[in-house]
Amino acid sequence: MVLLVSNLRKSYEGKTAVDGVSFQVGAHEVVGLLGPNGAGKTTTISMILGVLSPGGGTIEIDGIDIAVSRSDALSRTNFAAVYASLPGNMTVMENLRVFGLMYDVQHLQQRIEELVEAFELAPFRHQRCGSLSSGEQMRVNLSKAMLNSPRLLLLDEPTASLDPSAARDIRDKIRAFAAESESGVLWTSHNMYEVEAVCDRVLFMSHGKILLEGDPRALPAAHGKATLDDLFIAVAREPLTLGEG
Amino acid sequence: MNPRRIFAVFLRQFYLMRGNFPRFLTLFIWVVLDIILWGFMTRYLNSMVGHSYNFVPAILGAVLLWGFMNRVMMGVAMAFMEDCWARNFLNVFASPITIGEYVSGLVLSSIATSTIGLAIMLGLATLIFGLSVFSYGIMVFPFLLVLFMVGIALGVFATSIMLRFGPAAEWLVWPMPAVLSPFAGVFYPLSVLPHWMRSVAHILPPSYVFEGIRAIARGHAVAPHLLVWAIGLAVVYILLAALFFLRTYRMVVRTGRLARYSAEGG
Repeated sequence: MVLLVSNLRKSYEGKTAVDGVSFQVGAHEVVGLLGPNGAGKTTTISMILGVLSPGGGTIEIDGIDIAVSRSDALSRTNFAAVYASLPGNMTVMENLRVFGLMYDVQHLQQRIEELVEAFELAPFRHQRCGSLSSGEQMRVNLSKAMLNSPRLLLLDEPTASLDPSAARDIRDKIRAFAAESESGVLWTSHNMYEVEAVCDRVLFMSHGKILLEGDPRALPAAHGKATLDDLFIAVAREPLTLGEG
Repeated sequence: MNPRRIFAVFLRQFYLMRGNFPRFLTLFIWVVLDIILWGFMTRYLNSMVGHSYNFVPAILGAVLLWGFMNRVMMGVAMAFMEDCWARNFLNVFASPITIGEYVSGLVLSSIATSTIGLAIMLGLATLIFGLSVFSYGIMVFPFLLVLFMVGIALGVFATSIMLRFGPAAEWLVWPMPAVLSPFAGVFYPLSVLPHWMRSVAHILPPSYVFEGIRAIARGHAVAPHLLVWAIGLAVVYILLAALFFLRTYRMVVRTGRLARYSAEGG
């Protein structure tokens, strides 16, 4: 198991953002964390990344409790998010070197070269990240996220700002990463077509709870909906009619 | 402590300086202007009093040492601000880097930038205005040590303020040295201060340095126990600043402020 989340809770200013969430992500698995805005997805991811302390519950990454050994646990994870671009005033190579050192990656230069090739970044090596297109920036973010070959890869809407061709390319790379490594991926997206194409399993969140869990290709029919999109809309508008509410 | 992670924070600052000349210029441009301004001022003052007193070590030396302390503080604060401006906190704090490693990286960056600033200030003050740091004897080392430690403590305190209140709190950070300067007696003896200001000065380590400089300029010795006291106070300042940073960090992680620096929605 690469991620084990148990009874996770978080409240801010009297409002419950995450309410007793439990789930797990296994090796080779891509798990979609879905839900409308304000459902608690980013709060959950922030807690897994150690930038937000839980109000209760535990998070174990590769068997290490983040509350006990934060640095050890985080060295086995990495992330890419549409809202967390790498500093635009450094070049691609500079960013990869700095974050490679931060993640204490061994044989760093060799690893960077592998990723530059895999993500087709060679033409942009010495270009500042801020001058790249959003698709190119996301490829750099993903390279950074792969630097330490993480056991757990967190992706928060990684294709949100990409054109369909670039998005498909990213999806293929993530699927290949999960298939070929001993890693698992936790993925959030609002694109249900993408979720069906990529995820082995999905978790639907609403009002801080997980309402539904299952295979994205079988889940809609099991709840009387034609598509995953319809199911998403039902979760957003009528959460009480689904799951345990 | 992992030295590679500490080096990563330093390397980021190096890349930023290397890739941007105006950034490099800010390491010394203001202190150079201060040295030139106060250099001519001391020359003028010396011409007024003749050979009875030399203002160069007392005034220009004070400007140089005060400038050094400011550079140390700003070295820490600016390195932190770069992450603030680039909205890089999520990338940094979601990595395995520990708070101790991150702050050590900021201090390492500050050592490098303040050393460059000090070297340029010293060169200018020596070559143009005849300031000799040897006139302070071996006391120059404890003087620099005290000011370095206080600069680090102020820099860490300043970063805590920005971590707590966000980038807009920059305006609280810039004037910090200016607020301290009247109490530290950079340009005048503490004896001219009213009693309450003198009481404040006695808990500020730099005040002992500047009193020491003036004593040397008058041909007197510096009481070693006062410098030991100043170093002890500076150690306390560093410990308090580190504690404050740690508490602030824990607070922003608990309240979600750190996550909200970059992430929105969800």
